[in-house]
Order: sequence, then C-alpha cells, then structure tokens
Amino acid sequence: MAEFLLGAALFVLAMVALGLARVVRGPGDAERMMAAQLLGTGGIAVALLVSAATGVGATVDVALTLALLAAFASVAFYKSATGAPPDDAGDRG
Amino acid sequence: MSLADLFTVVAVSAGAFFFLAGSVGLLRFPDALARLHALTKADNLGLGLVVLGLLPRVDGLLGALKLVAIWALVLLASGAVSQLVARVARRTGPRA
Amino acid sequence: MIAALNAALAVLVLALAVWTVAARSTFAATVGFVAYGLVLTLVWVQLQGVDIALTEGAIGGGLTGAMLVAAAARLRDTEASARAERPGLALRIAAACVAACVTAALAYAILALPEPAPTLAHLTADNIASTGVANPITAVLIAFRAMDTLLEAIVVLFAMIGVWSLAPDRAWGGRPGQPHHADPDGILAWFARVLPPIGIVVAIYIFWVGADEPGGKFQAATILAAMWMLAVVAGLADAPPVSRTWVRLALVGGAVVFLAVGAAGVVTAGAFLAYPDGYAKLLIKLIEWALLPSIALALALIMAGAPERPER
Repeated sequence: MAEFLLGAALFVLAMVALGLARVVRGPGDAERMMAAQLLGTGGIAVALLVSAATGVGATVDVALTLALLAAFASVAFYKSATGAPPDDAGDRG
Repeated sequence: MSLADLFTVVAVSAGAFFFLAGSVGLLRFPDALARLHALTKADNLGLGLVVLGLLPRVDGLLGALKLVAIWALVLLASGAVSQLVARVARRTGPRA
Repeated sequence: MIAALNAALAVLVLALAVWTVAARSTFAATVGFVAYGLVLTLVWVQLQGVDIALTEGAIGGGLTGAMLVAAAARLRDTEASARAERPGLALRIAAACVAACVTAALAYAILALPEPAPTLAHLTADNIASTGVANPITAVLIAFRAMDTLLEAIVVLFAMIGVWSLAPDRAWGGRPGQPHHADPDGILAWFARVLPPIGIVVAIYIFWVGADEPGGKFQAATILAAMWMLAVVAGLADAPPVSRTWVRLALVGGAVVFLAVGAAGVVTAGAFLAYPDGYAKLLIKLIEWALLPSIALALALIMAGAPERPER
C-alpha cells in the first residue's frame, strides 16, 4: 500500500510540475500565478500521501501550514496587479 | 486487499486523475478564465478525493478532522484565489 | 518508488532554481521562486526534517512569496532601465565562475564528509530527558544551543531595523507601507475576515505541539504575521506607527525575557542560559511564549515595509 501511495504522490508531483510550463510560457502573469497555485495544491496532496505512506504524522502539519498559506502569493499578486494607489512621494529614486 | 484499501486505491487514483486534468487544462485551454476553471478542478476534486481516500488510513477522529480541515482550507483559498486571479485576468485582458 | 519520488523532487528543485535565475521578467522569476519554496518544503519532508519543512512552508510559501510578488510589482516601472544596464560579458563570466567555485566547494565539503557523518544526535538523545520536552529540535534550540536561538531572535530584530532604515526622514516614526484599500464587501475582505481566526488556531496548535512534535514558536509566529498581513492588505487593519511605545516593547520583549532567564541561570544554575534542575521545561515554555509575539510582530513589520506615512 505504501508503494501505491508513493506512486500516487510521484504522479501528482509530475502532473503539477507539467503545469509549471505555464510559468515559462505565460502569456500573462495570471497564468504564471495559476501554475504556482496548482503546484501548491499538488504539494499539499504529495505531503499528505507521503505522510500516509511513511507514517510520519507530523508531515500532515506541513500540509496544514501550506493549506493555510496557499492563497498568500495570489493575494499579493492581486493587490499588486490592481494597484495600490500610486504613491505621491518621490522617494523611490 | 481489504475493502478499506480498495477504497483508498480508487479514491486516490481518481484524485490523481483530476490533478492530471487540472494540468492538461491549464496547458491546453485557450484563455485565462478557462484555464482557471481547470485549475479549480485540481483544487476541489483532486485534493478532495485524495483526502477522502486517505481517511480510512488515519488513526483517530482527530487525524481525520485534520485532513478534512486541510481540504476545507484549500477550498477556501482556492475559491478566493480564483476570484482574485480572474479579476486580474479580466482587467489585463487576453495577451496571447 | 521512494527513490523515484526523491529523484523527481531533486530534478524539479534544480529546474526551478535555474528558471528563477535565468528568467528575464522579474515576476516570472518570482513565481519560479515561490514554486521553488514549495518543492523545497517537500524536499525537507523527504529528508526527515519536518521542523524545517514547516518553517520553509510558512516562510517560503507564505511570507517571502507575498513579499517578493509585491516587490516585483514595485520594480515593474524600473525593470526596463535595469535590464538596459546589463553587465558586460566579462563580468557575467566572472560571476558565473565565482558561483561555480562556491558550488564546487560546497559539493566537495558534502562528499568529503566521513561516513557515518559526525553527529551530536546521540548526545541530544541521551540528555533530552533533562529538558522535559520531547521534540529534540526544540530541546536543541532552547536548551542545548540556546545561545544560537537567542541570537537568531535578535537577528530578526536587526532585519527589521534594516527595513526601517530605508524610511525617508519625513516619514520616520510613521506607519509602514502604503495604505491599503479594498472593497469592504469584496472577496478579499471576506477572505481576510474568515481566514485569520482559523490561522490563529492553527498557529497556536503548531506552537503547542512544538514541545513534543515538529513545530514551535518560529513557525507559529510566521503564520500569525501572515494572518495579520492579510487583514492589512484587505484594508481591515492598519500597521501601527513604528514610534509607538507598545510596538517597541513588544518587539524587544521576547529577547529581554530570554536574556533575563539566561542571566538568572548564572545565579540558579551556575552558567549563562543554564536552567536549574526541574525547571527546564517551564523556563523553555516561558521563553517560547515570550518570543512568539515578538517574532510575529517583527516578521509582520518586515513584511509591512519601511515607514512611509508620517503621523499627522
């Protein structure tokens, strides 16, 4: 059973890695962000599968942390793309 | 192979299939919103089925709750993120 | 199968590292780095460094990712001119040579390690009972190598001071970063209302299990800082002016408690940072409780950036 779970983890990892081609191809930054998001979800699945296969329960906590923070890069992306109001100060050099 | 093991194999395989579908969709679909649609299938169904398949293998109710909580968190994040990314994609328009 | 998984992770982490360095667009490189952090988390899981995996997941997946994406957006206007100043071929070759030499030296150091590699693990295992905690990483961090951890807690403060030093004079003492506005009924504001309560519970859980299982103050502090930043970018909260007394007190509180316990050890246990018999676990927990809010606030203020808005 452990072999099956590790095989599934490898498969999921390979699939989301395939999606990373969108980071290279784009065309837009939105696509790049989506690929990172997919890798995040896949990474959580891999961590859970590895945890079940190896019996290291603490790995589930890694998945929990990843799940909690999964949205952060995308939130920053949204904030930066929709733009904070351009700052009036000229101290950016 | 026990019934629980069979359940795990079927559910995890189905989950892995949706990760395949998510990646293929992300690569093959024609525009940003369609790609986003593919992505959410991996988030919601792919991880959901993997979690479902692993449920019989955890020890205790707390372990099971933790797994379900992880899925729920990803659903929450995925729902919010797709909205936000879709807004950016709509604003910047297709740039292919 | 585990070897195949490890090989795939190694290939992926290398490919992402190459992409991050080679990508022309700053944003594409940043996304590569975020993905790199995620894969690195899995690598640490496979190396049985779950504590480090937790830290990498929280820092790499959460804080640095968000920080670098914001930084890339800020640099977008200057990207073209920065690219125009591309260094000459000779300089680039020289940089590549230096990088290759460092890599070769590191690889040699790893390969030259005696087999089995020198380890203090058995010393930790033999003496962990005296600390009262069950997670060997926590025992090493707060008991056996407490000095390192004390200095690390102070390093976070130094990093924050480094960020603050970028403040223009007129904004000194003011609020960090730009003000954030978001639709109060929008999806971001909704998300920033729903997630932080869950995040605080998870952070306390990660902190609590740190005594016996992988986890601890640093990972928990990172999660807390990320939750607070989410509320800030959604316009639900604002960063405090850096001149506030409570901010300063909260920032140094952790290090002060750590130093006080350490100094008390001179009297009660005969050495700086030594714990008297029977009180080790209590004091370790006390230090961790004191460090948690200080590190969380320092990380959050690093995220928030230099003071940019003078107090009026």
